[in-house]
Amino acid sequence: MGESMSVLDELYREIILKHYQSPKNFGVLPQATKVAGGMNPSCGDQVEVMVRLEGDTIADIRFQGQGCAISTASASMMTELVKGKKVAEALELSKKFQAMVVEGAPPDPALGDLLALQGVAKLPARVKCATLAWHALEEALR
Amino acid sequence: MDFTTLREDFPLIAGRPDLVYLDSAATSQKPKRVLEALDRYYKELNANVHRGAYRLSVAATEAYEEARRRLARFLNAEEREIIFVRNTTEAMNLVAYAWGLRNLKEGDEILVTEMEHHAGLVPWHLVAGLTGAKVKAIPLTEEGRLDLSALDALLTDRVKVVSLVHMSNVLGTINPVAEIARRAKAAGALVVVDGAQSAPHLPVDVKALGADFFALSGHKMLGPTGAGVLFGRYEVLEGMMPFLGGGEMIREVHVDRSTYAPPPQRFEAGTPPIAEAIALGEAAQYLMEIGMERVFAHDRALLDYALKRLAEVPDLKVYGPMGPDRGGVIPFTLGRLHAHDLATLLDGEGIAVRAGHHCAQPLHRKLGLAATARASFYLYNTFEEVDRFVEALLRIHTRYRAWL
Repeated sequence: MGESMSVLDELYREIILKHYQSPKNFGVLPQATKVAGGMNPSCGDQVEVMVRLEGDTIADIRFQGQGCAISTASASMMTELVKGKKVAEALELSKKFQAMVVEGAPPDPALGDLLALQGVAKLPARVKCATLAWHALEEALR
Repeated sequence: MDFTTLREDFPLIAGRPDLVYLDSAATSQKPKRVLEALDRYYKELNANVHRGAYRLSVAATEAYEEARRRLARFLNAEEREIIFVRNTTEAMNLVAYAWGLRNLKEGDEILVTEMEHHAGLVPWHLVAGLTGAKVKAIPLTEEGRLDLSALDALLTDRVKVVSLVHMSNVLGTINPVAEIARRAKAAGALVVVDGAQSAPHLPVDVKALGADFFALSGHKMLGPTGAGVLFGRYEVLEGMMPFLGGGEMIREVHVDRSTYAPPPQRFEAGTPPIAEAIALGEAAQYLMEIGMERVFAHDRALLDYALKRLAEVPDLKVYGPMGPDRGGVIPFTLGRLHAHDLATLLDGEGIAVRAGHHCAQPLHRKLGLAATARASFYLYNTFEEVDRFVEALLRIHTRYRAWL
């Protein structure tokens, strides 16, 4: 119980809260060239990721939907991180993020603020929340 | 019966003083007697049933049929009206396919409610898609009860079946099934009751309810997973074709055709979950020895105490009707915290609750909620556990005030 409390304290902190309450790049992207949705039928969380590509660069990205703090913060930080990146770079970051939260791989500093979600690896029930938007991003870029 | 010493009957509960298990609406914990019944079957009785050329098989069959008798007593049904299935979901599919598929046609209506579990909706959607029948629903009031003022208008002569949940798995609402069944029958409709939540927690008398079918899951009423029951009124079962075909359910088989055994065997194709059914019989016996009135009274006492104490938690919102027509289920939200985050934080405090839409998306849509957390009680829960639950919520409220 003591250990799990510290995991939670680490996870549920200021930066996650900030993105949960005021998510970045939230809303409709009118000039989107690629759109993909994700849904977790067991909890009802849903997300839609909209991307505007210029060549192979993510010129703009937004998301909308509803979800818990983990899924919303993950989506919000994801949009901040991949905006302006090449498609291949974004997919590489997605791989790194999922390695961190799914397999518990050592965090890569390239993930920036998303390192705050490291603790999710210790909460198997919540891994899907953290990866929901990333799966949608991958689908949109494919 | 002392409900505090009864905890010793449950190995998982007795062995985990750190855990407050408040998710019995999803599945119940199991008493030692049930686990021993499973074990005893495999160690002492293991043989297939209903083909006893030898004494061991006769003994296995006798134990399996004794379980059927116990479930019949539990529901006030006849033995031949008890069909062993896997769970409520399978029971509802059996009714939808074996009865619905052959008796519904285009223009007919299936009347459900807005508080159904998906198991009470999706089988009818599938059969409606095949027959051209339509599914419509009795609406909910704001307090989370069925709006019976709409019933007469909904019960047209096109309605061939009324299928409803006895007790809501989300709100705890106990529906007036007997009254609805009486009105449904007057309109010429068959009555199907999803008893997944009621059978474990309330005294159930299928005859008094006026149910033509009543479905339950064994694992929610102290039994193992893999065995549930469909009660079917004999006159209805007798006129029905089988759901699944195979061994055990036949009378005579030729290469090109077959005839079928009478109910209940007609609906039990293949080797049944023998050990699980026997253990479910033991669970029903355990509950009958305590008395279902007392089980319900205990749930209710915990519910009343919890509702009173939860009022101390700022920003906490509780849903569901506040009258006597409610079992021990509490859906709740805390401020703007998402139900999943709340359940994770409660888990950190050793409190096991469920979060999500609880397989009732239409109900959550009606309430305008994406998800709720849900605490549910059973006979092994205590007032002290309610205190621990409330105190954990108060600590979470203090620690994550900024999130609310």
